Amino acid sequence: MAQTHEHGAHADHGPQGILKYIWSTDHKIIAMQYLFTGMFMAMVGGFMAYVFRMQLAFPGTSVPLYGVVSPAEYNALITNHGSIMIFWVAMPVLIAAFGNFCIPLMIGADDMVFPRINRLSYQVFLLSVLVVLASLFVPGGGFGGAWTSYPPLSANSAYNLTRLGASMWLTAVALEFVAFLLGGINFITTLMNSRAPGMKAYDIPMTPWMIVIASIVFMLSVGPLIAGAIMLLFDQNLGTGFFDPNRGGDPILWQHLFWFFGHPEVYVVLFPAIGMVIDIIATFARKKLFGYKIILYTAVATAVLSFFVWAHHQFIAGIDPRMANIFTVTTLLISVPIAEMLFVSIATLYGGSIHLTTPMLWALAFIGEFLIGGVTGIFLGASGADVYLHDTYFVLAHFHYTFFPIAIIGTFAAFTYWFPKMFGKMMDDRLGKIHFWGTVIPFNVIFIPLFVLGLGGQHRRIYNFQNFPELQHMQPLRILATGALIVMLFFQIFFFWNVIKSWISGPKAPKNPWKANTLEWTADSPPPHGNWPPDQLPKVYRGPYEYGHPDAPEGMDYWPQNLPPQNQPARG
Amino acid sequence: MQKPIATTRSATGIPTGRLAVWWVLASEVVIFGGLLASYVMHRLGHPEWANAAAGTNTWIGAFNTFVLLSSSFTAVLAHQAAEHGDGKQAARYLFMTIGGAATFILVKSAEWTHEIREGFTITANGFWSFYYTAAGLHAMHVIAGAIVMAFVARDAARGRELQRVELIGIYWHFVDVVWIFLFPLLYIAK
Amino acid sequence: MVERLIQEASSFAGSIDGLIALVMVLVGFWLILAEAVFFWLIFRFRAKPDVRTQYITGKEKHLKRWITIPHALVLVCDVFIIVGAVRVWYNVKQHLPEADYTVRVIGQQWAWVFQQPGQDGELDTADDIYTTDNLYVENEKTYHFELTSRDVLHDFSVPVFRLKQDAVPGRTITGWFRPTVAGTFDIQCAEICGIGHGVMLGHINVQTASEHEQWIAQHSPASAQ
Repeated sequence: MAQTHEHGAHADHGPQGILKYIWSTDHKIIAMQYLFTGMFMAMVGGFMAYVFRMQLAFPGTSVPLYGVVSPAEYNALITNHGSIMIFWVAMPVLIAAFGNFCIPLMIGADDMVFPRINRLSYQVFLLSVLVVLASLFVPGGGFGGAWTSYPPLSANSAYNLTRLGASMWLTAVALEFVAFLLGGINFITTLMNSRAPGMKAYDIPMTPWMIVIASIVFMLSVGPLIAGAIMLLFDQNLGTGFFDPNRGGDPILWQHLFWFFGHPEVYVVLFPAIGMVIDIIATFARKKLFGYKIILYTAVATAVLSFFVWAHHQFIAGIDPRMANIFTVTTLLISVPIAEMLFVSIATLYGGSIHLTTPMLWALAFIGEFLIGGVTGIFLGASGADVYLHDTYFVLAHFHYTFFPIAIIGTFAAFTYWFPKMFGKMMDDRLGKIHFWGTVIPFNVIFIPLFVLGLGGQHRRIYNFQNFPELQHMQPLRILATGALIVMLFFQIFFFWNVIKSWISGPKAPKNPWKANTLEWTADSPPPHGNWPPDQLPKVYRGPYEYGHPDAPEGMDYWPQNLPPQNQPARG
Repeated sequence: MQKPIATTRSATGIPTGRLAVWWVLASEVVIFGGLLASYVMHRLGHPEWANAAAGTNTWIGAFNTFVLLSSSFTAVLAHQAAEHGDGKQAARYLFMTIGGAATFILVKSAEWTHEIREGFTITANGFWSFYYTAAGLHAMHVIAGAIVMAFVARDAARGRELQRVELIGIYWHFVDVVWIFLFPLLYIAK
Repeated sequence: MVERLIQEASSFAGSIDGLIALVMVLVGFWLILAEAVFFWLIFRFRAKPDVRTQYITGKEKHLKRWITIPHALVLVCDVFIIVGAVRVWYNVKQHLPEADYTVRVIGQQWAWVFQQPGQDGELDTADDIYTTDNLYVENEKTYHFELTSRDVLHDFSVPVFRLKQDAVPGRTITGWFRPTVAGTFDIQCAEICGIGHGVMLGHINVQTASEHEQWIAQHSPASAQ
């Protein structure tokens, strides 16, 4: 009997009661842990942005809910805003939360291959969260040397004045790296080995593929920085001189170790976001992805190239000027595969039947906004132009036009898309659309002025531009950006209201509300422990994007991967 | 804890555990690679470090190299025994490997104690900073590996999870290979 | 375009602004085109009742062309930009024109210290002039600057010159500039250097030849004259 069989195979249901949410090894629970922690950290990082933008718009005044911002606090705010958004929001949400939730479900597996290592990865991650938050409250204050943490400033507390904060910040980052190395092992091996019978490599949807490619890039790029972090921790605490020029060390070595990771890292967060956006576009355009293999190959090409562009962050850092030319070439070349990925996504819309649901709006906004982010990178990759634009607000606007689509727009796209599967309820589409417009329009009003400020010569990480005669005239732009940020933060209320309302009293979600093809939509909403009854794990008969196929059963405009073909022998 | 069905599948044909260990090794290679590349670049820019490097004891380094290589050999024997289903014998060989690890660490402790007494501390100069950092990171991996190996040996002695004997063996060979890079870089290049 | 926001006051500022303008034109063209196609497709293929989607595999040659041709054109544009960038970079950072004068620029937490030649026109002699936060230079003369730091990384940047270079402790990095407009302009530190990073404002005072001669005469240390 299916019932007893299920009971036998899962005699150990895992922890019960409240312990289930803290000690579980179920990939879906671990995903929720990462998701909620990441969203909490997004609020912390967002609050920091509010505070420092208020300081910039109204220098020296007391910021409501914070107080007066001192120069040291300003540096700590911008340092931790950046670090938190990348390491404790983008990575946990895009990779660990959606990776954990979606990968087993989308490949037809009952869990990750190493559930206990999965649990350990979250525990290490949580520890890193506690350390970085604690670092803000220790004597001396939070570390203020920017998320790039260049020595000698970061190595010597006589320079940075944040003895404890600096080491705690660095320790937190190192712990986060360990957590994601542990997590990556699960994602990669699970995708490689635990696919449903019949699911060949090119039948895997983009979401799992991209998360795994990202994990591989992360694992191969973070090593030198871990080595560097150990050296910097020793400089900070043991008195070594790895980066101290007075003792034969080299500050620029840190920069190379950092950016060798730092540049691939941006693709580590881009790939999961664009993978999920692609899946969402295919579903709501009811259309087969235009170039599945092109996307895969360009992703791999981008990943490989990403290891050869890092010194574009260091054009004027004191590296040999001849090296700059090599990196300009590689940097501008990397724009080509990425452009192709975006062109293929846009081309998928051709011939489709586009339904502008909330997830689709977010996915389309990702494409439209990321295009701007991507093209503005060209200015910075051109070494001659970077002489002027380096360390200005132009850089800041460029990377927010890439990171915001990745970490915020991409997250909202994925969250509104998979909410029914995760929580078993449908979200309110009207509230979703209010939240969407109230986020995306202000986003542009924040960052377009920042491009102008950068072109006007305004540099980063300065707490009061009224000190600089040539920059004073642009103050209205700063106030405009801050005002837009406050509007955007206000509209997040609609998101929280929607989540709570839907979770409590939203309409019950069917298994496949979006009529999508991929395997997660064949499980219950939400899926039980084990995802499917153990003897009913799905088998796969076709690719994930067979929308609008003329041979699909009963005139359906979609053809789920697990439906056996009508007149052909079953696969697998 | 019941193993998920996912853990038993193998779409690539390679056992999942082995796949995982290779990925772990890939990430470790980049960590040690970054550290050693930094060391080599510094060394090339600081020829005077050869004077500091003269302070390392090549004989002790050679002895420890022999110890580690032998321990890798016993790890191979453990794998062979596990392949034949002889968990008890595999455990015995694994414990010999752990013994080799312990010897390595003891010798290193004595070596470092002596060097520190001579004034060659981690802050003495750039060479010694790298020496202790690189060898220390390696030693941490030896200790961690030995601990994991003890758990694998315990299970193997009870006839359980014999496939893990090969996996910890692969990891152990990696620890060996790192040392084979460290030995010439730290002890021979003078 | 940049010059509308902040003036050009050095011999190479125009070439940098020109490169930025080139990128803006090429990139702007592709951005507008891509966004226009994107929005048009959303509108054209919005869901309508009883209209089925087309089943397009991506192998159709006539459709693939829409990807491969833009791909090739983007590459061509990239080549133009690379050539422009390398030329500007070479002029500004690789090639050192002959100097009329050399000055030393030292960054520290949190001020700029300048060492300039005195009346003998030579650096590192007894009549050198040391100033803090204010550098005095002569218009239409080529300067080499020798840049270093006393403590952490700083960055010597003069936006109106379009000049920027990190100051690294333990190294002396040489660069050049040639002012073309007289006046007083901002120096910003462009690498975070601690809590005083935002107050490391300096001034570069570009003087006419006679003004500058007078200034040197007045400020050279009396003992050396």
